[in-house]
Amino acid sequence: MTKVRLEFRNVAKRFPAQRKSGDIVTAVEHLDFALAEGEVVSIIGPSGCGKSTLLNMGSGLDPASSGEVFVDGEKVVKPNEHVAFMLQKDLLLPWRTIRENVEIGLEIRGVSAREREPISLSLLKRCRLGDFVNHYPHQLSGGMRQRAALARTLAVDPAVLLLDEPFSALDAQTKMVLQQDLGQMLGETGKTALFVTHDLVEAIALSDRVLVMSQRPGRIVKEIVIDIPDRPNPMERRKSPKVGPYVADLMSLLHIDEAVV
Amino acid sequence: MMAGSLALFVVFLAAWEWGPALTGIPPFIIPPASQVWNSFLRMLANDQLMYHTAITAFQVVIGFILGMILGMVVGFILGMSPTAEFILSPYILALQIAPKVAFAPLFVIWFGYTVYPKILVAVLIVFFPVMINVLGAVRAIDPDIVRLAKSFNASRTQVFWKIEFPASLPPFFAGLRIAATLAVIGVVVGEIVGGNTGLGYLLTYGEGSGNTAMVFVTIIMLTIIGILLYGAIVMIENRVLHWLPGRMRPA
Ligand SMILES: Nc1ncnc2c1ncn2[C@@H]1O[C@H](COP(=O)(O)OP(=O)(O)O)[C@@H](O)[C@H]1O
Ligand SMILES: [Mg+2]
Repeated sequence: MTKVRLEFRNVAKRFPAQRKSGDIVTAVEHLDFALAEGEVVSIIGPSGCGKSTLLNMGSGLDPASSGEVFVDGEKVVKPNEHVAFMLQKDLLLPWRTIRENVEIGLEIRGVSAREREPISLSLLKRCRLGDFVNHYPHQLSGGMRQRAALARTLAVDPAVLLLDEPFSALDAQTKMVLQQDLGQMLGETGKTALFVTHDLVEAIALSDRVLVMSQRPGRIVKEIVIDIPDRPNPMERRKSPKVGPYVADLMSLLHIDEAVV
Repeated sequence: MMAGSLALFVVFLAAWEWGPALTGIPPFIIPPASQVWNSFLRMLANDQLMYHTAITAFQVVIGFILGMILGMVVGFILGMSPTAEFILSPYILALQIAPKVAFAPLFVIWFGYTVYPKILVAVLIVFFPVMINVLGAVRAIDPDIVRLAKSFNASRTQVFWKIEFPASLPPFFAGLRIAATLAVIGVVVGEIVGGNTGLGYLLTYGEGSGNTAMVFVTIIMLTIIGILLYGAIVMIENRVLHWLPGRMRPA
């Protein structure tokens, strides 16, 4: 039995009506799934279907309207040290050096400077930013900044990583390089990750499974297990002949949902 | 560049010295540079010029610091509390539009010929650019950055010191630069309206006795106070905001 790291039990999220006349918006509902230790699962779905909402509930920043989210068997009610998230925006603080940015989570948690330093330095080295530890964010390229954001996410040593379209602002080549970095890091560290993307090939190349969501109210309509070996190597996985059929599958799944609306 | 500025200064001094005589402008309208210099030396010896300058500078600095602290604190409070800003915004707007120097006579009535009315005008005049800039900076912070900090379990105090405070510094310093020049105006108006000390007093004294050179000297001293204050702020700003793009010192 592998350990369950992240679990959604019949979770729904409803937002109050924006205007007096409006109805309550159900963003997502009937979310019922689990991630085992070390699993990487992607979520794809039309924009506005509630992918970010789902991740926010996982991080404990926004409570679920009904149902429960568990991380390591503990019910998530507020931000906790088991989870860390990463967004499309790098959210690096311009007045902090790259190293200081990577350390911010540890700093907030009260880890001493002496203990922080080896952690951030070794992560930055592994994210190929060893020569840029004392640079400021504006001195780095978009891809490097996003690698720094990844290092910041990993620095707090979370059990689960929640990634919300982290590479969608990058150009195609940079993106592939970062996917490779992420795949390798996840493989080496054995971290569990829930990865939101709208890039079908990205989802396939990086994950063990892909969950497909419907239009709002977002539900999980399909789970596709990606049967391609060597998950820590997305670059090679992309070249697999199985990718084409998976993409076709996902395309038809997303098209069906568009036709319904 | 430097040489150009210096050359221009020499040309300016020459024009000042001989220009009025050549164009027939009498010395009581524009006294030549040498006369202003002599007047400066005379005022040093006989009119306690340095004492008056120190009084004015003291009021400027105190008013500036108090206005800066008040502007920052109120800016943060309003920036963090949309409700407070909503309730107070009409009053703040009215007070911001009101010409602050017009309060000088009122403050003199209240506090007499003391340093307080002058400091108060400076506080009032410094307060607004600082407050508005800090408020705007707090508002402009990406809420996702705050969420990131909260995801690391940051306390309210940590969010303030690690995010809101540093994020507000660039606009804060921009506000201080504006405030530095305004602070001098505030104090001088206070002194002109009611006082028997300070450069503003020397201005009215010079005017009353028809001593144009004295007025010139006083204006120059006021400008020097303004320049020193502005320069000090720029110096501190360059140290504090060394991380700003385009302000990095070459390694
Ligand atoms: N704070 C909120 N208040 C009201 N509605 C919201 C809020 N956040 C998200 N929504 C709505 O919930 C739906 C899902 O949003 P989101 O999770 O951002 O979608 P996705 O990330 O899949 O593009 C959207 O229709 C959005 O309008
Ligand atoms: Mg989203």
